[in-house]
Amino acid sequence: MRKIWDIHGGIHPNENKTQSLSEPILPSAIPPYLYVPLSQHIGAAAKPIVQVGDKVLKGQTIASANAAVSVPVHAPSSGTVFAIENKTVPHPSGIDDLCIVIETDGLDQWRERKAVQDFNLFNDDELLSIIRNAGIAGMGGAGFPAAIKLKSSDSKPIDTLIMNGTECEPYITADHSLMLEQANDIATGLAILAKIIKPKTILFGIEDNKLDVVSGIEAALNRIDFSAHSGCTTDVRVVTFPTKYPSGGEKQLIEILTGKQVPSRGLPADIGIVCHNIGTAVAIKEAVCLDQPLISRITTVTGEAVNRPRNYHVLIGTPVSFLLEQSQYQADLNNRLIMGGPMMGFALADISAPIIKTSNCILAPTEAELPTPPPAQACIRCGMCAEACPASLLPQQLYWFSQGKELEKLEQHNIADCIECGACSYVCPSNIPLVQYYRASKTDIKQREIDHHNAELAKRRFDARQDRLIRLEQEKNAAKQARQAARKKTSPPNEKLPTASASAANADAPATTVKAEHDATVKAAIERTKIKKATLSAATDDPVARAQAKREAQLAQDQSDPEAKLRRALESAQQRLEKLQVKLAAAKDSDDPNVNILEAGLEKAQSKLLSSQQALDDYKNASLSND
Amino acid sequence: MIEFISLNPLLSALIALAALGLSFGAILGFGAVKFAVDGDPIVEQINAILPQTQCGQCGYPGCKPYAEAIAEGDAINKCPPGGEAGINELANLLDREPLALDDEHGQEDIKKVAFIREEECIGCTKCIQACPIDAILGAAKVMHTVISSECTGCDLCVEPCPVDCIDMLPVSVGTQAWKWQIPDRNPFYNANIIASDQRSIDSSRAKH
Repeated sequence: MRKIWDIHGGIHPNENKTQSLSEPILPSAIPPYLYVPLSQHIGAAAKPIVQVGDKVLKGQTIASANAAVSVPVHAPSSGTVFAIENKTVPHPSGIDDLCIVIETDGLDQWRERKAVQDFNLFNDDELLSIIRNAGIAGMGGAGFPAAIKLKSSDSKPIDTLIMNGTECEPYITADHSLMLEQANDIATGLAILAKIIKPKTILFGIEDNKLDVVSGIEAALNRIDFSAHSGCTTDVRVVTFPTKYPSGGEKQLIEILTGKQVPSRGLPADIGIVCHNIGTAVAIKEAVCLDQPLISRITTVTGEAVNRPRNYHVLIGTPVSFLLEQSQYQADLNNRLIMGGPMMGFALADISAPIIKTSNCILAPTEAELPTPPPAQACIRCGMCAEACPASLLPQQLYWFSQGKELEKLEQHNIADCIECGACSYVCPSNIPLVQYYRASKTDIKQREIDHHNAELAKRRFDARQDRLIRLEQEKNAAKQARQAARKKTSPPNEKLPTASASAANADAPATTVKAEHDATVKAAIERTKIKKATLSAATDDPVARAQAKREAQLAQDQSDPEAKLRRALESAQQRLEKLQVKLAAAKDSDDPNVNILEAGLEKAQSKLLSSQQALDDYKNASLSND
Repeated sequence: MIEFISLNPLLSALIALAALGLSFGAILGFGAVKFAVDGDPIVEQINAILPQTQCGQCGYPGCKPYAEAIAEGDAINKCPPGGEAGINELANLLDREPLALDDEHGQEDIKKVAFIREEECIGCTKCIQACPIDAILGAAKVMHTVISSECTGCDLCVEPCPVDCIDMLPVSVGTQAWKWQIPDRNPFYNANIIASDQRSIDSSRAKH
């Protein structure tokens, strides 16, 4: 008997596991539509490589991984791509996310597969790429891409491989039933893992509420020569240990089995350990030996609001509602539908959300079974949360700091080590939702890091802009000086002084005249509007009639005296020309860079004046000849 | 030497002290020149906490000037984008009392970014000139657009726009960027807590 260790804290909630174990795993039917989310795990979302309307075969890649931490997505059954759009996904936020919707054809036709008898035909790199391309992400819950965990690093040699068959959360029996029914597949998957990792020790951890699986697992493991696969003497042990929540947490299981603690903010690889879920082992076996990507999983459907609690072998993308129907779900009894277990799961906002790679349980409890928590009371500083915390943190302190948003203090109190197991909330006599505070604060800390990064970028852009503005101003001044210097050179030296003073005087004079003129125009405009308003208030309120009246008056005037119109045009052209000339003179004196534009405008105005003069003359000639 | 000291104890003591004073003064003077710190380091530290939106809501033309003002004793609660967390950080750094956000300078708001309705944009470049961090792209008489990943949401571009085609839109939150909320402020999330199933024993007993 191997020595086992104990972890700090932990709780013993009702296990409620027997309900769903009364029947064997049942393959779920194929739903008419499969909703396959592109982001089902930690890391970047996959990128669709199919179009709407494409025919897809079961197991065909429909979205590829386009980042380091990402895995591809495969069609869970054959059919047609119906849509690629935002659909409800299982996420605590209830936010929609991009899904590939497949209309199934019921044939469940596989793509071409190359099954191999002996996985030793592949070398390690080939095995790793098979695992990556099969879209395998940790089946335990967090869903970390398995291939990344398996990548060996010379600086961190792995000597211990841990198989996690703990499944410590109440109600869930997906792993339990898998160990009961597919012990040989687990053993084969473990052998593949051993071949890649080459560990000296393999520890298969099982809680003592699942002792019925131990003999089967041991028999399956004994059939395989692990030393031959790993290339070194490998000691394989099945270790059972007392049931306690959350023994199944990666860091907790490592401590229970080896007595070693994963360093704060570190990874198990830092102490030479890697931990994989048994579901991952089965998925790896299927990917390597049967050439089947991860398109299905075992999901427990349980709770008192379903008449037939049991485990299903279900295709990824199957709507939860479709699964519940098969278990005779009674919606009226159900108080809230939970994806995951009662401790770490989250309430589903929408019953049509699909099963994803990490969905190990659908829990439909009645109100009596999982009562809505009563309102939170004040913290009485009893310290039970600190006793329950499996990460040996100080939940009370973290609670105060979370309320005060003291992110620095939270970091100093190692909130990063919180595994969000919810043991603190469970024991709290004041019903304070402690773990929710930590979840919120952890995301706040992450957000703050992103914000600081963005602020740094913004600061750099701001500084760069300030520098540019200063530089442009200097360049402008330099250009102005250069122009002035050039003019001085061309003008005779004896006229230098008078010109300068004259130009200064000129510059002042046009400015004032321009201003005066401008004021006059504004005044005139105000007058006009005043008159207009007066006439309007006097005239009819109907705008159409008003407009017609105005137009008629104008027409009448023009007809009675067509010369007046032409004369008006000529006058305005003359005025414009004069104004422009003044402006141009002012601009030339003050070295305005717009001189060219003004000159062009002047030419235009001159031509317009000529043409209106011409029109007037023509009219006069015409009227003379008429007379 | 010893004779001189024993004969003139007062004078020799004064000479010794003066010599010491001069030599230490020289060392300190040299150190002050050699290890001089450029600028005020506390300003840089304050500036690092400020959110760099450059929005001017504090009444200063940018984050750096406000950081300088804080270093000279101005209140730390004038920055709405920094919010409560920012004030707390400043209070920690400067060992001052954390104050509530000054309402005069605005409210803490969810993060927004500017969005230009491009079909309405007339290409006047006024918003480009207003943007403190060059996050608007465009040229005269060509429609403009905001680089939303760079936009800090300062809303300085909204006011100069002659055709009012700029909206401040809340940043859309995907599942990746979504955050849990502190329970007290959002009672909805309390419903997600599975606080206990202890009562299930009683209920199963009640059934029998």
